[in-house]
Amino acid sequence: MIMRFIYKLGSPPYFYHLSSRLLPWLSGICLLLFAIGLYGGLVLAPADYQQGDSFRIIYIHVPAAWLSLFVYMVMAASGVMALIWRIKIAEIVLINSAHIGAVFTFLALVTGSIWGKPMWGTWWVWDARLTSELLLLFLYLGIIALHSAIDDKRKAARAVAILAIVGVVNIPIIHYSVEWWSTLHQGPTVTKFDKPSIDTRMLVPLLVMAVAYKFLYAIVVLLRARNDLLWRERRSQWVASLFTDTKSK
Amino acid sequence: MDTFQQFFHMGGYAAYVWSSYAIALVAFIWSIVSPLREKNKLAKRIQGIIENENP
Repeated sequence: MIMRFIYKLGSPPYFYHLSSRLLPWLSGICLLLFAIGLYGGLVLAPADYQQGDSFRIIYIHVPAAWLSLFVYMVMAASGVMALIWRIKIAEIVLINSAHIGAVFTFLALVTGSIWGKPMWGTWWVWDARLTSELLLLFLYLGIIALHSAIDDKRKAARAVAILAIVGVVNIPIIHYSVEWWSTLHQGPTVTKFDKPSIDTRMLVPLLVMAVAYKFLYAIVVLLRARNDLLWRERRSQWVASLFTDTKSK
Repeated sequence: MDTFQQFFHMGGYAAYVWSSYAIALVAFIWSIVSPLREKNKLAKRIQGIIENENP
């Protein structure tokens, strides 16, 4: 049944019209989740006994880091589908996820740096966690650059698919870096096979923000993918009917 | 200190906390606005293509 749905998604007008119906809902839920997460994180959660209120950067930093990994895994999976089965929607999801993935990675690095200055006394350190996350940013930027450098977009899609798949080895490195090496960055608090070592009142808004970020990712990738489809299919009947009977939907 | 002031003060870490949130806000707004603006540009170009082919 899932394969049939993915198959249907391969039809550009189906994808476009489905996303038109989904976007208002995704946007409403996304805003609601951000509101709840931010209220929980900024107002309800108690201050940390060591870090005081500076820990509240966590509500921007950690979801951004989680999403930087999640989006890359989606891109790598799309890369596999694009290379092996030549599924065009996979090519579209891949390249249109790269920008927002880079944004999440950048956000994780910058807010981590800002958090590190008062807590660690430094803006940056070349430990395994920070270095591998920086490498992830270079991978994202490399995918964007590689795609725009190749004129034949089918060839470009194959090239970025390969780069995305090869780069996925960085993901477990980033995740386990704090366990495999001695790092300034702290060890896992939530994503480990044990009870989370964080107060529930601090944890719940964090999880809500993570879901909010996921909805944001979905919205951005749909917005970009729709533009991509409109341009690729600009000479088709379904696109023409969008711009003739109703004024730009 | 009244509670609003305390909130913005963030226990002395105001600059660090609020700059992080501000950067995130700018990044998210750009991520949404950028494809929306691109869509408007695309719409104009596609309209042009349709009109050229159906004079």
